[in-house]
Amino acid sequence: MGVASRFILRRRGGKSWHWTDIVTWVWLIGGLIIMFGPAVWLTFSSFKTPAALAEFPPSILPYITSQATVQGYDKPLQLFDAKMPDGSTRVLAEVRRIGLVAQMVDPKAPGEIVRVNIGDRTPVRSVSFATENYTTPFTQFDFLRYLWNSVFVTVTATLITLIVNSMAAFALSKYEFKGRSLAMLIILATLMVPLSVIMVPLYSIISSLGLFNSLWGVILPTVATPTGVFILRQYMLTIPDELIDAARMDKASEWQIYWRIVLPLTAPALAVLAIFSVVWRWNDFLWPLIVLSRRELYTLQVGLSIYSGELNVQWHFILAMTVVTMIPVVLVFIFLQRFITTGIAGTGLK
Amino acid sequence: MSTTSLTDRLGSLLMAPVHLLMRIIDIPLRAVQKATGIGGMATVFLAPNMLIFGIFVLLPLVINFVYSMTGGTAFFLSERNFVGAEQYQRLFTCTNYLDPMSCQEDAFWAAVGNTFWFVILQVALMICVSLITALILNRDLAARSFWRAVFFFPVLLSPVVVGLIWKWILQRQGLLNFGLYQFGIEPYTWLTDRNWTFIATIGVSIWAHMGLYTLILLAGLQAIPKDLYEAAEMDGTKPARVFRRITLPLLAPNLLVVVVLALIKAVQIFDEVYVLTGGGPGTSTLYLTQYIYETGFASALRNPGLAAAASILMGLVLVVLTLIQLGIGQRGEKKGKR
Repeated sequence: MGVASRFILRRRGGKSWHWTDIVTWVWLIGGLIIMFGPAVWLTFSSFKTPAALAEFPPSILPYITSQATVQGYDKPLQLFDAKMPDGSTRVLAEVRRIGLVAQMVDPKAPGEIVRVNIGDRTPVRSVSFATENYTTPFTQFDFLRYLWNSVFVTVTATLITLIVNSMAAFALSKYEFKGRSLAMLIILATLMVPLSVIMVPLYSIISSLGLFNSLWGVILPTVATPTGVFILRQYMLTIPDELIDAARMDKASEWQIYWRIVLPLTAPALAVLAIFSVVWRWNDFLWPLIVLSRRELYTLQVGLSIYSGELNVQWHFILAMTVVTMIPVVLVFIFLQRFITTGIAGTGLK
Repeated sequence: MSTTSLTDRLGSLLMAPVHLLMRIIDIPLRAVQKATGIGGMATVFLAPNMLIFGIFVLLPLVINFVYSMTGGTAFFLSERNFVGAEQYQRLFTCTNYLDPMSCQEDAFWAAVGNTFWFVILQVALMICVSLITALILNRDLAARSFWRAVFFFPVLLSPVVVGLIWKWILQRQGLLNFGLYQFGIEPYTWLTDRNWTFIATIGVSIWAHMGLYTLILLAGLQAIPKDLYEAAEMDGTKPARVFRRITLPLLAPNLLVVVVLALIKAVQIFDEVYVLTGGGPGTSTLYLTQYIYETGFASALRNPGLAAAASILMGLVLVVLTLIQLGIGQRGEKKGKR
């Protein structure tokens, strides 16, 4: 404790506590709880049975009440800790309840019926993870299909984004040609054309291309990201022109230069763009909602929102599928967040 | 040693088909290069990106104006009839201009009003929270990158997940009621109350996005030269004065960029609110993007022309905001050069 707390609470110059230090730590700890708490709470909840979810006040861990099959009774009986008149407690199974008195039996010796006041007994509960919340949506609903659609859209869109954007960035950074600044201006201008402004005409274009109710209709409009071109171009500008000139001397074609020289050297920027693109495409919602109207084509995001909007929401399934939807993003967060945070801090783009 | 060579070999095995593909692509492109010369290849490299841009961004942008001047429920332009400025007129027809509810398209004006208040409150609160967080993260902290990551976490979550997480917390048996119950407050159905849903959408969107702005502000704070603070400390300047005289002026360009960026995003709010409240109860959390979406696609009385007209009005607001941002950026660049 001593060393750890001194390390964590160390302050510049080893001065004594100042009120700003207290504010800092209250803010940080509060932030930790507020930022992670909701997602953690959701994850815990996703392992609860529907009965446990309906409970108020809720428990943090998923509990189920224990039951036991007792000789002489057809149905499994619920177990209780019952307080006996002599002050001891016994685990008893409830046979039936009449008014304020419960008729109970000892599971080990089911012959004798014990009468217990219902105020003197508490249900025996044990921690149990309702994993069927996860397996049922995959086996009985279409969620496996949605998961696959999401993965397909994310991977395909990211690959196309990387290729198309890097080609454009190569042209815009390593060639002098007429209309270069015009192309650059158009790309930057599209930064300010959000989907909500063009969704009606975009929908008609997608339909006339026959891409309505097709995953390609989701993928194609998203791949020419201006942000991607911008990030890659900035990076390619730092590649020395001499390398390219030398390759030209050796009779390399322009495509070879792009593929064998420029792309490998742009790897760090490509990695940043790939991470961004995966998160963007995985999280896309409004556009897939418009383009996909057949259930078997839904992505996870669309499927989740449709199921959660239904009249009798099956929260135990929704919660579990929300956790599944969160997993890739949490993985990106754990392993790659450093790239993203430095990338954003550097360019101010997201 | 052996493991790296194994992964190397595996990698080259996986890359072999890609290399082959690139070689095949190279054959026709060499022919093109011979015909157009090296300079012509720039067009080839630019073409796919610009083609996709043209079809899916520029073309819709132009068509949108045509759409807003046509009527009917059909989506194909050829099946739509020209109505001139009728859609715009419809949006602006009101019996009493001081009362939005007397307008023909009262939902549109409800959405405009909601969006206006949402943008003002959300951006103001979020920038305050982000600035405080950035100032705290800029202190001499142990494990700063960990704390920075903590506030960034929700930014990566999908809006649908954000909406569901908070729907789960704000519902009757949810965590919020549980917390209040500890203080003896009775459970409340927050998401059926007009005022509370509006506040909830603001709070949830701040929760989801503040990490991004904190990050940009923190980068700005770290760019302020340390010796300025040291000099101020030597002169015995009070912290409040240091903040007003050093931190705030030097952070101002960053702060302006962040404010405009946040404004642009806030005007377009949709996903998390749609999942959290569905725009309700009533029209209390109906925002502009949802109005456009529902008018254009979802409602039984859909009217793409009206949706297009509304989206153009929204686009105008965004253009103004973006121009402000570009103006700030240029001024910042000039300053940097000097």
